[in-house]
Amino acid sequence: MSLWIWLLIACALAYGWKLVGYFVPARFLEDPRTSRIAGTMTIGLLASLTVVNAVVSGHGLAADARLGALAAAALALILRAPFLVVVIAGAGTAALLRMLGWN
Amino acid sequence: MKLLASPAVRVGISISIATGLYGVSFGALAVTAGLNFWQTMALSLLLFSGGSQFAFIGVVAGGGSGIAAMSAATLLGMRNGIYGMQLNALLRPTGWRKYVGAQLTIDESTATSTGQTDPDEQRRGFWTAGAGVYVLWNLFTAVGALAGSGLGDPKQWGLDGAAVAAFLALLWPRLKGREPIAIAVVCAVATVAAVPFVPAGIPILVAALVAALMGWFSHGRRDEGLEPDIEPYGAHQRQDATEARRPGRQRTEGPDPGEGV
Repeated sequence: MSLWIWLLIACALAYGWKLVGYFVPARFLEDPRTSRIAGTMTIGLLASLTVVNAVVSGHGLAADARLGALAAAALALILRAPFLVVVIAGAGTAALLRMLGWN
Repeated sequence: MKLLASPAVRVGISISIATGLYGVSFGALAVTAGLNFWQTMALSLLLFSGGSQFAFIGVVAGGGSGIAAMSAATLLGMRNGIYGMQLNALLRPTGWRKYVGAQLTIDESTATSTGQTDPDEQRRGFWTAGAGVYVLWNLFTAVGALAGSGLGDPKQWGLDGAAVAAFLALLWPRLKGREPIAIAVVCAVATVAAVPFVPAGIPILVAALVAALMGWFSHGRRDEGLEPDIEPYGAHQRQDATEARRPGRQRTEGPDPGEGV
């Protein structure tokens, strides 16, 4: 139940951000620093989420099949594969490595 | 049909299909992260911002708390505020259009709109991409959620690997140039360093803080990191889109409301 509450708060705040742009006078957001922070935080959060999902296990690091998924996804992205193909490459590689016994 | 003669509408439709389709991966990953069908749909219907949605389920999947998931999603949503400001200056929507347009303000609709130069085309591009992605993203989220809940053991299908790939694919188009790569590396290291010491989910917020500090003190491009997951206009026209997106440039088209009073 508590997940529902945080989920709905996240939804409300997401809409709040979007509305801010339309209703706050432009000069408040025109500071280049504001958009730069929005940008660097986007990069930082996505990099962090990639690492957490690839190598973090509980309170430690683990080298398991997810690392193979990361490598396969990177290769697919270098080859300019579309998003869905990248995701399938990641899933397929992790599944295959597990089948071969590397957890 | 007359509308299909509009380049912005055509781009909007193709970006809608490309983006909408990967709603399948979001839906499947959300249910395997432990969300139920309606929680998954609530994220796509109400939150409606791909990166934030993936962040929310990514934190939950890693054992993070609801509040950490909410925080990561909210920090990632900040850029939509910047997009809203740009689109407000560009399209000047009135009445209900502001409220509906706000919900449709995401990477893809912004990029489709700002990639055009004619005001009518900018408007068509925004609404076509915004509404198109909204409908298809939700449709395919539902498909993914239903398929994902019937999969059994998600690890056997490598769905944790799919999440890794999804985050890397979201990050990839934003790594243009040396500074974005440096930010990504520093934040990745900060995350790993924080993992042993703080509860699950918090290392991601530590990385966000580091990234914000780097943004505060850096002098990089102001639209760094504000690239769509799928680039609607390809690399060649990228420069124009980047230019059009700079809020400062719009000042040449009319008097600045913040000056001369």
